[in-house]
Amino acid sequence: MSDSAFAIHHSAFSVSFTLNGSPVSVDVDPADRLLDTLRYRLGLTGTKEGCGEGECGACTVYLDGLPVDSCLVPTYQVQGRRVETVESLAPKRLDPLLAQGATQCGACTPGVAMTSCWILDHPDLLATHTVRELLAGNLCRCTGYDGILDGIAAAMQVRP
Amino acid sequence: MPLPIQFTYTGDAARYRCVGTLRWTVYSPIVQRLEGLAKLTGRERYVDDVPLEGFLWGATVRSPAPRGRITAVHFDPSIDWTQFTIVDHKDLPGPNVIALIESDQPVLAPGYVRHMHEAVLLLAHPDRAALRRAVAAVRIDVAAEPAALDFRLAPRPDQIQYGPDNVLKHLHISKGDVERALAAAPIVVEGVYETGAQEHVYLEPQGMIASVEGDVLVVRGSMQCPYYIVKALKHTLGRDEARLRVIQTPTGGGFGGKEEYPSTIALHAALLALKSGKPVKLVYDRGEDMAATTKRHPSLVRHRTGVTPDGRLLAQDIEVVLDGGAYVTLSPVVLSRGIIHAAGPYACDHVRIDGRAMFTNAVPFGAFRGFGAPQTHFANERHMDRIAARLGLDPAELRRRNLLRDGESTATGQVIRDGTDRQAVLERALALADYDVKRARHASFNASGTVTRRGVGVATFHHGAGFTGSGEVMLASRLHVAGLADGTIEVRSANIEMGQGTLTVFTALASQRLGIDPAAVRIAEADTARVPNSGPTVASRTAMVVGRLVELACDDLRRRLHVEGATGETVRAAIRRWHLEHPDTALVAEAAYEPPPGVVWDDVNYRGDAYGTFAWGAYVAEVEVDLRTYETRVIDFVAVQEVGKVLHEVLARGQVQGGVAQAIGWSLLEECRWKDGAMANAQLTNYLIPTSDDLPRIRVEFLETPYAYGAQGAKGLGELPMDGPAPAILNAVAAATGADPCVIPLTPERLMQMIEGRMQNAELGTR
Repeated sequence: MSDSAFAIHHSAFSVSFTLNGSPVSVDVDPADRLLDTLRYRLGLTGTKEGCGEGECGACTVYLDGLPVDSCLVPTYQVQGRRVETVESLAPKRLDPLLAQGATQCGACTPGVAMTSCWILDHPDLLATHTVRELLAGNLCRCTGYDGILDGIAAAMQVRP
Repeated sequence: MPLPIQFTYTGDAARYRCVGTLRWTVYSPIVQRLEGLAKLTGRERYVDDVPLEGFLWGATVRSPAPRGRITAVHFDPSIDWTQFTIVDHKDLPGPNVIALIESDQPVLAPGYVRHMHEAVLLLAHPDRAALRRAVAAVRIDVAAEPAALDFRLAPRPDQIQYGPDNVLKHLHISKGDVERALAAAPIVVEGVYETGAQEHVYLEPQGMIASVEGDVLVVRGSMQCPYYIVKALKHTLGRDEARLRVIQTPTGGGFGGKEEYPSTIALHAALLALKSGKPVKLVYDRGEDMAATTKRHPSLVRHRTGVTPDGRLLAQDIEVVLDGGAYVTLSPVVLSRGIIHAAGPYACDHVRIDGRAMFTNAVPFGAFRGFGAPQTHFANERHMDRIAARLGLDPAELRRRNLLRDGESTATGQVIRDGTDRQAVLERALALADYDVKRARHASFNASGTVTRRGVGVATFHHGAGFTGSGEVMLASRLHVAGLADGTIEVRSANIEMGQGTLTVFTALASQRLGIDPAAVRIAEADTARVPNSGPTVASRTAMVVGRLVELACDDLRRRLHVEGATGETVRAAIRRWHLEHPDTALVAEAAYEPPPGVVWDDVNYRGDAYGTFAWGAYVAEVEVDLRTYETRVIDFVAVQEVGKVLHEVLARGQVQGGVAQAIGWSLLEECRWKDGAMANAQLTNYLIPTSDDLPRIRVEFLETPYAYGAQGAKGLGELPMDGPAPAILNAVAAATGADPCVIPLTPERLMQMIEGRMQNAELGTR
């Protein structure tokens, strides 16, 4: 639908990046957030909006391998970069989280799953940080975090 | 003491595990949350994830003032408004009322506003960014009138807007003769306690999609109570139920915030869809959700208690005042539950409780986990510690001496005879927390002159499960269990999954009742075109009350099939056979709520059995207070509760840990800052909820005494953990610092002002 009644006109331009291992190109407005591009343009609704201001972590994705809040990333900034979303996680890895009660309502859960897997992939971080500190960017209102911490601990046991 | 009814379980007895004498757990054959993997992988589709074509985004234009007449609405002429669907109160086809308890709240302000952010206009447009600019381009002028903004003060005449005195509801409980008992009491202890509002912060903001499909208005969205929405739509839109369909989408947390408020969003989305002829999606962002939706009622509670020198309660005189906000919403029932719990789980012959919910021009307060009881338990349990301090008694010992024993009665005269051992709950919590050792250790630690102080605090409390009084009878819940042609079972209820585990628990209950594989059970989507009204998903009633209906409907199914008592393949074969014999006919069994025998409640005088049963808790908090920053950290937390049968250990533990975490936030961090009766800090940047790094491990244990009228012996669980943490934590702070804090949230600022002696509790209030 055209937006011609409005004064603000940005010429849409094309952004190309690697999404979950595959190349994608999408026409975006300079003001578009990566979160909205993923959800409403590319149909990847696993990434959730909890606050829209980088506080809750529900929209966590990996940008070049680092967890970021996709609500704070303008889509044009991911040109030529690598983005991974919750849809890229192997379900098998998430079994320990499931078994320990890491998810309840599920709205924070995709972000929690992304951060949890990132912690599991970077065990060296635990030399300098606690899991509680590493998880503090993901707000959860249901679990009190113990189920998530237990899930991460259980996943560490099953790591190859 | 024998149990009232012998608990029997028809399944595999080997699934019981006995732990000690009181703790036994049946392991569900379903070990994991059914929809858990869909949530972990992001496949679960919430309202904002539902694929939708050719739709409009909806938005709300809100009042900029707390009270006054709308004198003008200006539309910025630089925008072509013909592109927008615009709805105001004149577009309503029926009464401008959101049907709930009273008919006082308009769907859209009819020329007059009573609180900030009250909905005035609705807009819809295909482009979300264009819609946002348009909302900002509408200006509403209000001729301001004097607003009532402090519920603690008697209103001035020009602030009165409800009845003669702005009292939304007045309730009273009376037992014995309080005046005479207080006059005769050797010691009287007084106290005033205050709690602030609390925002739910369910991680999924509220949202609805409305569309007209043929002749039927369909509303999908995030909700706890599909039939509340049917009622509201029916009333305002003048449609019969055959032309209304409400479908719950997976709901990302509720905590009461999605009990009554979703009716408003459903009406707004429906009005836009009806006027535009297109599907409309109305999803709030976090800021709008925090600013415009309900919160926990702020409270002020006064206690005057007569005690003997050895700590026996002689008389409890209690006054409860709640801030109701600008419309009645659910305040009368929140007040009701609040006052019923206000005297705590103690035996006392003389009790008087007077409760009022006040009208103010604040954004209306509403349902929130605990529903009035956390506020009154906070006051009562802090007060118990102040009594203990006055008498020089150990706070745990004071509770030991007063906890209800079987045969004694609550404030409403409800005789407790459930066979549970409330003393054992307390003793187990004290033992797990190492309470005595910690008290001794803290005394020497605090004397060592470091910059931190440590303390331990306890709270004992109860929570009535299910609707109050005759509420469950009036709900008249019904539930269906269908046998499908392939031999699978479908449970049809209006009770929804919002994280607490309804899908898993109902599946487990049906599979265990019928002795069939859980994979042969499915739970129908909560779609009012297909499921009967089994009541709202609130009040800790789903597992206990509605779960029991699942069991009874399973029994009814076997009765219809003439295979009473059969299990497993026999039942499934009977279902398949029935369908061969009755082609094209549905096989639907039903259960309807019946009250437990002997439960009698007098709603006029507030006497009798307020609840079919209570859950009981004893929580112990250990805190460390930093005297440089006045930050309070909870460093250990023990939660022991008696909740009847635990139906699923992981889910039940998660309910307690999450509830305790939410209550720790309410106690120490979560402060609504008020401006003109609305939240000035409506964003997660400066309304702080606990992170993983703010909390200790929450140690949970259950004692189990099966309740004869709950599913498998279960009692309500979800709200109980909200009741105990705040007083336990403040009692611990008092023990650590020698201060006497009686206001929450106990932020570092409040504690500093209190310890440095600049302010008393009354000046530290929540407004």
